[in-house]
Amino acid sequence: MDDQSLRELAEYLAEKQPDAMLGHHISFGQLTVEIAASRAPDFIEFLKTDRTCAFSSLVDITAVDHPNRDKRFDLVWHFLSMYQNHRIRVKAQVREDDVVPSIIGVHPSANWYEREVFDMFGILFSGHPDLRRLLTDYGFRGHPLRKDFPTTGYTEVRYDDVLKRVVYEPVKLVQEYRQFDFMSPWEGADYILPGDEKAEEKAK
Amino acid sequence: MMDGDIRTNTYDDGSTDARTGEQKIRNFNINFGPQHPAAHGVLRLVLELDGEICERCDPHIGLLHRGTEKLMESRTYLQNLPYFDRLDYVGTMNQEHAWCLAIEKMTGTTVPRRAQLIRVLYCEIGRILNHLLNVTTQAMDVGALTPPLWGFEEREKLMIFYERASGARLHAAYFRPGGVHQDLPPDLIEDIDSWAKAFPAILADIDGLLTENRIFKQRNADIGVVSETDALDWAFSGVMVRGSGMAWDLRRAQPYECYDEFAFQIPVGKNGDCYDRYLCRMEEMLQSIHIIHQACEKLRNEPGEVMARGKITPPARGDMKTSMEALIHHFKLYTEGFHVPEGEIYVAVEAPKGEFGVYLVADGTNKPYRVKLRAPGFAHLQAMDYLCKGHQLADVSAILGSLDIVFGEVDR
Repeated sequence: MDDQSLRELAEYLAEKQPDAMLGHHISFGQLTVEIAASRAPDFIEFLKTDRTCAFSSLVDITAVDHPNRDKRFDLVWHFLSMYQNHRIRVKAQVREDDVVPSIIGVHPSANWYEREVFDMFGILFSGHPDLRRLLTDYGFRGHPLRKDFPTTGYTEVRYDDVLKRVVYEPVKLVQEYRQFDFMSPWEGADYILPGDEKAEEKAK
Repeated sequence: MMDGDIRTNTYDDGSTDARTGEQKIRNFNINFGPQHPAAHGVLRLVLELDGEICERCDPHIGLLHRGTEKLMESRTYLQNLPYFDRLDYVGTMNQEHAWCLAIEKMTGTTVPRRAQLIRVLYCEIGRILNHLLNVTTQAMDVGALTPPLWGFEEREKLMIFYERASGARLHAAYFRPGGVHQDLPPDLIEDIDSWAKAFPAILADIDGLLTENRIFKQRNADIGVVSETDALDWAFSGVMVRGSGMAWDLRRAQPYECYDEFAFQIPVGKNGDCYDRYLCRMEEMLQSIHIIHQACEKLRNEPGEVMARGKITPPARGDMKTSMEALIHHFKLYTEGFHVPEGEIYVAVEAPKGEFGVYLVADGTNKPYRVKLRAPGFAHLQAMDYLCKGHQLADVSAILGSLDIVFGEVDR
């Protein structure tokens, strides 16, 4: 799909759904449309039913965590049209305590994807019939894919031979979790030496 | 009177069972798995049965969840590549392919021609590996033991081709961003070609065992019917949509690599039941054989580089012996890794099970900021409840078999 037809599609959407759409951009030959999260079901319904769009199948729902942003999460939907042979990415910014309307009514396949997003990021969906955890353990606490959740997690399980059952314990690492930083100081890495924080301010 | 007997029985003396109002028929809940051979791994299905009819089917997944997406955020792009082998561990290289394509698209790398051909060749081998496993184990799920034994013999031969190219039988890590790790020796190409000549006869044997087999047909025909709207609503891809009559194949619809220069056909089912999906997979294996023959022919005639030379790939071994820059490059590549410019991309490939996609958010450093792996099996499995409702208990395993589930990719 070339950029020209994607641009036309974006303009068409902006014309038909001016209230929902906040912006769009095209990169790497892919169209991204930004919307308000509260308008998601209407907008996605339009994407599905409109003849020009015909985004018949939901490919994926996921989120991206940006902890230092006020609206912390980017909620991302991917759609594919098998009839028009094009794809679209829909994004919405969501606060940590926001409740996003579920799109299950439009795409039944959103069920597990929304459960997964809830499980991994803790974003709540209203109108979801069964918002349980999906991938993590029964009784798991926390939302693993948030950036402030440690990769090692908080608990570990093992089979206790004395108690004859599986026990949960806080994570004990024999060696501290090491996050090596190989970034080259010539490229990209921006190191501030301890005690040297003011050097840059002075330079300005 | 037996507990749970809902008939009103009449006896010799003319008396009937007295209804006390205490009899109550409730549905029966059973656990299917996680240690059931037909659960294809670690699936726990909570089935609610009314007699032998499945009323509700609630899959509990996540028993093989390894947090791949989280782990990938703290590793470099190259270190992340082997994780893709561990998703769907049957068609491993097809998934590495998606990862490589995503990185190559973002960094603007062009893959050398020969590497593209090798990728196509090994993706098709992966497809046959996968379909052989699925078709034969589905037969096992419905009661046949011979097909897996015959099919696995061929899988063994294919895994040796994997081993001869990459050194590993399953977790190959052979496709690298910028090409493939090493070139294929000429005799390997000849061996693959001669295997591909012999394989249709073996496929015909399996076909003879199953296709017209009365039991196999009774267990699969008209079971788990998926209509066109169902396939769209439940986000199916791959054989699951092709079995329902839609000729949708990413290799044809949105060609990647050099699939557009290969001649192959897309088999399409008619009824959308388990039997049609089986037929599609059998035919797809034959089409893959066509592609393998064409790829071998091209590989014979087109020698050349298999790695794009540049920042994201290692320097040639010879250069490292003579050039200081090459040595530094090699060291930095395998410690720091390469950087991917800021941005986001979604890349999908036609994996044997359906559309496998990678959504990559890069922040310009040497590690991905966020990766989402879109596994076809995840979408297929969540339709279990919809597909199984009203079917018999025995059909649950037939449907599960034809969905082609591998837990590595569903749980990630």
